[in-house]
Amino acid sequence: MTNEALQNLINTWIPDLEFSEEGSQFLNVTVTPENLHQLMIELKKNKETSFDLLFCLSGVDWQPELGVVYHLESTTHRHIIVVKVKTADRENPALDSVCDIWRTAEFHEREVFDFFGIKFNNHPNLKRLFLTDEWEGFPLRKDYEDEINMVIK
Amino acid sequence: METTVVKSNFKSEEYFINMGPQHPATHGVLRLLLTIDGEIIKRVEPDLGYIHRSIEKMCERDSYQQIVHLTDRMDYLSSHINNEAVCLTVENALQLEMPERVKVIRTILSELTRIASHTLWWGVMGMDVGALTTYFYGFRDRELINDIFEETCGARLTMNYNIPGGLMFDIHPNFVKRTKDFITHFKTKLPEYDTLLTGNVIFQKRTKGVGILTKEDAISFGASGPVGRASGYSCDVRKHHPYSAYDRVTFNEALKTEGDTFARYQVRIQEMWESISIIEQLIDNIPEGDVQVATNAVIKLPKGEYYQKVETARGELGVYVISTGTKNPYRVKFRSPGFSNLSLLNHIAVGGKIGDLVASMATLDLVIPDIDR
Repeated sequence: MTNEALQNLINTWIPDLEFSEEGSQFLNVTVTPENLHQLMIELKKNKETSFDLLFCLSGVDWQPELGVVYHLESTTHRHIIVVKVKTADRENPALDSVCDIWRTAEFHEREVFDFFGIKFNNHPNLKRLFLTDEWEGFPLRKDYEDEINMVIK
Repeated sequence: METTVVKSNFKSEEYFINMGPQHPATHGVLRLLLTIDGEIIKRVEPDLGYIHRSIEKMCERDSYQQIVHLTDRMDYLSSHINNEAVCLTVENALQLEMPERVKVIRTILSELTRIASHTLWWGVMGMDVGALTTYFYGFRDRELINDIFEETCGARLTMNYNIPGGLMFDIHPNFVKRTKDFITHFKTKLPEYDTLLTGNVIFQKRTKGVGILTKEDAISFGASGPVGRASGYSCDVRKHHPYSAYDRVTFNEALKTEGDTFARYQVRIQEMWESISIIEQLIDNIPEGDVQVATNAVIKLPKGEYYQKVETARGELGVYVISTGTKNPYRVKFRSPGFSNLSLLNHIAVGGKIGDLVASMATLDLVIPDIDR
């Protein structure tokens, strides 16, 4: 499917989504946290899109928003889409987990929780992946400071 | 005759045990917590972070030239391919077209790296299931490739031969001859691998039908590389998103449909043959020309997002860079193949025996620095 066709199809499911191809080689779509899970299920289940491979899941601190970027590919149609979701809540950010749609998300979401402090609702085993449970703060946030371990602030 | 029923007080109980040290990866850097009932595995939980260095955070402070040097500390057995991934990201962002000579040399070295990685894996695989001889055979052949690397760029493991804009310097005058000698040597040695291990009845009993991964699960878990291909999932980045000189060579994607440990083993052996074929197609026709394209001393990527995937010896490595137009990236994410491949270990090990876990873990070919980053 071409990017344009994808955009038209997705618009029929959820209106008022923000699409962009500027500064990226893929089609980008930004979704609100409330619509995230519904959109992801459609992208996977729909026969025309069938995005069955979540090949990259990254946390990003856009300042002031925190968010997650999902890179999706279809192994049958070989088209790619990038889904972005942002939340303005830095104190207690929470997004819906996509573990039930792609099983690879379980580890990736734990990593994002570890480094960005974003909680994932309905995650089966949400705890820190690399750092110890006592670690204070979330190192990949832009406002993180560590007096001892960081050489350049 | 009367039969007596013996009353037993034995109770079946689940308990925890720490796996290893078995595989080289479990000697301190990877802790696997097993929940077992007798010898049946109920749950495998990896405890990660023993070698975590936060490379992604370090990238945010470094220039693009410096980032290249961090990447071969991730998957140190595919160091050349990791370097290439970052270089390709930068070059594509700057829209630099590499000279043909660079593309061909990069591809030859990538395939040599793949053979070196697979020979090491093969040695360790045999050792894990109790055949110590394979370890020495594997390392004997890998040593010859390391010698070629050493002569080419001075390093045997962390090569750093790629730079954004080409290669650090031209190949050594001996490179072509030594690579050809190695290929001739290795073509006589690779059949030995089969006679020594592949056909071994004990080895086949340990691996056939063990740790089965279906195609649907492989895709859902994001498996890539030989792990995905052994389940019939066509995921070779070199075929689907060709880079460097992969579009001009012919090779078969090694595919199996069984999805068990033996299939993953066979895929890797097949891949070594394919790598030999790729090198043979290129080694006699390395184009003449420059090995570098001039770049600014301070590289600034245009504002935007860039994603580049390459096929390392373990699978698909993705580099995701967000740039705001400054000399440092705003965010770098490495999607490492080992990370996704490890996440499916619990799935394929549950219900099997501890001995089966050893065999299936060996064919996932885990490199822990690649997972911890």
